[in-house]
Amino acid sequence: MPIDEKTIQSIIAEVMREFGAAPGGSATPAAGASIPPGELSFTEVGTASRGTRPEEVVIGLSPAFGTKQQATIIGIPLNQVIREVCAGLEEEGLTYRFVRSYATADVGFIAHEAARLSGSGIGIGIQSRGTTVIHQRDLPPLSNLELFSQSPLIDLETFRAIGKNAGKYAKGEQPSPVPVRNDQMARPKFQAIAALWHIKETQLCDPDKKTVELRLDQR
Amino acid sequence: MKSKRFEALAARPVNQDGFVTEWPEVGFIAMESPNDPAPSIKVKDGVVVELDGKLRSQFDMLDTFIADYGIRLENAEQVCAMDSLQLARMLVDINVARSEVVKLTTAMTPAKITEVVGRMTVLEMMMAVTKMRARKSPANQAHVTNVKDNPVQLAADAAEAALRGFAEVETTVGVARIAPFNALSILVGSQVGRPGVLTQCAVEEATELQLGMRGLTAYAETVSVYGTEAVFMDGDDTPWSKAFLASCYASRGLKMRFTSGTGSEVQMGYAEGKSMLYLEARCQYVTKAAGSQGTQNGSVSCVGVPAAVPGGIRAILAENLIAMMLDLECASSNDQTFTHSDLRRVARSLMQFVPGTDFICSGYGAVPNYDNLFAGSNWDADDFDDWNIIQRDLKIDGGLIPIQEDAAVAVRNKAARALQAVFRELGLTDITDAEVEAATYAHGSQDMPPRNMVEDLKAAGEMLKREITGADVAKALSRAGFEDVATSIVTLLKQRTAGDYLQTSAIFDSDFHVISAVNEPNDYAGPQTGYQISDERWALLKNIRQAVSPESI
Repeated sequence: MPIDEKTIQSIIAEVMREFGAAPGGSATPAAGASIPPGELSFTEVGTASRGTRPEEVVIGLSPAFGTKQQATIIGIPLNQVIREVCAGLEEEGLTYRFVRSYATADVGFIAHEAARLSGSGIGIGIQSRGTTVIHQRDLPPLSNLELFSQSPLIDLETFRAIGKNAGKYAKGEQPSPVPVRNDQMARPKFQAIAALWHIKETQLCDPDKKTVELRLDQR
Repeated sequence: MKSKRFEALAARPVNQDGFVTEWPEVGFIAMESPNDPAPSIKVKDGVVVELDGKLRSQFDMLDTFIADYGIRLENAEQVCAMDSLQLARMLVDINVARSEVVKLTTAMTPAKITEVVGRMTVLEMMMAVTKMRARKSPANQAHVTNVKDNPVQLAADAAEAALRGFAEVETTVGVARIAPFNALSILVGSQVGRPGVLTQCAVEEATELQLGMRGLTAYAETVSVYGTEAVFMDGDDTPWSKAFLASCYASRGLKMRFTSGTGSEVQMGYAEGKSMLYLEARCQYVTKAAGSQGTQNGSVSCVGVPAAVPGGIRAILAENLIAMMLDLECASSNDQTFTHSDLRRVARSLMQFVPGTDFICSGYGAVPNYDNLFAGSNWDADDFDDWNIIQRDLKIDGGLIPIQEDAAVAVRNKAARALQAVFRELGLTDITDAEVEAATYAHGSQDMPPRNMVEDLKAAGEMLKREITGADVAKALSRAGFEDVATSIVTLLKQRTAGDYLQTSAIFDSDFHVISAVNEPNDYAGPQTGYQISDERWALLKNIRQAVSPESI
């Protein structure tokens, strides 16, 4: 593999993040410390590669996540979403990296792609509106470990628990699933709006574009 | 100043619903998009060379599949040339028999059938549903789920649903890996409530097939098809892969139907600017072409999308009618929650409730909505009395019967005990007597003691590894003294070798006699024909526990 400047930068960023992120296996709640406040800013650093380190979980993002959209369907800022998911992973002593899917905005496939690229075989897929899936490499794409299909019901506490459970799966544990929240009135209120949202998300898709590695920029 | 009138209106439940204006360029329109094609078909040497404005060289994979397998070609060109208004009138004309109309409708192209139903009001469509429904008698389907995936409660709720008259019971999962437990629980529960009820577990397709092959379910429904190539590909599928899956079920003697609905393509972001109804018509042709005996359609889980645009509820009735015009079994949705307004949810359901369909709801939430893992149903356990009383008010058969409390308690208790025995005999997890007691009297999972989900998941996984089948379940029931339930499960398994319930719109009565469009076809031809509520049935339907008898005063 040719090593260009971008690759070196991503390796440096990776090493830096590892230093900052490793909580030494302790259960100290890391209040999302590694993720900066403010709007998300990702830089694409080339085609995503398959990781080999068993202690990593890959977080797959949809095309509009942190680009055209900065908050979920109920207005939770996406940087806080990322902070909580990552804090959950850090609590379990896991590292993470980000990729973005362009071929699809379907959260099941985004999560499966993330799992496929992940050194631990565990991936998390998140759409900009908040829909989230925890996936495992060897499961069929439309199956999953845990699915959070109702984006209006996912709060920050749930995002943290999702990160934590993904971390536990990555360590080979069998955690109790994050409690599924259910509100039958989410559909009447949000479904049509979610559809408009998803149309805008798919308008950013490019079926010929490979999944890219993302660098989360520190501000 | 603010208007107090408008303030009061703003506080009404209906104004909690999401409404959007039409956006035809991306297909955010219920019917008659300016981008819908004009109907056309040209057949040369038995091959369709033009379909709905496209030459064969321009066909996408859906066009090819539909053109090759989905349309009766003998008189397709003549039917396409007929006046759509005349065809619409034939659908409501009691002097034109269903069997005659079906010859025409199954020869239409997707654009033609969409144009024909577009000429009809909802009232005319309801008339047409009365005539075009495949099976003579209407029926209903239940959802049985709970947020804790509690197996004891699932068994008890399935038993009560069966007792209330549902012909099919559908479950799904909160956590995917628990699927074998949920399938097992409603299988046992339903046969306690009423022998012959069909059950399914809606999960990922490979798992769903596996559960069916092992005899833990009796049919399948969540084989989804879509109206555009891009959405099909997003699901990693083609019409051929779905047809292959359909044949897998058929080869094992398992009933199955496809699922589709208006709004799914636009919700997935790839509607190609076509109307929701035209794309759903394409889905129905793919369903027909793949050889599926039936469909679940009526927007289903996408209902919030058509319901948000003008004419959306009309489009949902129109898509049900299209399924029936193609001679398919139609489980007509009326399932998922789409509104905060009690008025809107009843108005939406009357479209299918009044004429009757093969399954009016698919399904009716036979649990409180907080426990419904299909994200809530338009009707739930709290509405049982409303449904029964609407049947009584209008003298219509919506597939349910009023039941007495002691009868419900009895079947719930027996189902919970039967499942307890099966779990014990098969060496799964423990079900305590306290859980049996709680499930007997529970309204929902809030009334159930907590279970160890990690242990349940482990045992459910082992159940698959140990390849436990329906026969093992029957043996376990027999060993534990539930001989009648064991017999029902064996009979259900035996039906697969006969295969009679693979016929269109098939259900079983309590003696496992098949009732289908073959041995009980819809022969409606005006007043006093077709399905008539018998005196015995009416006695059941009108017997509500709330009514005060004159003798009592």
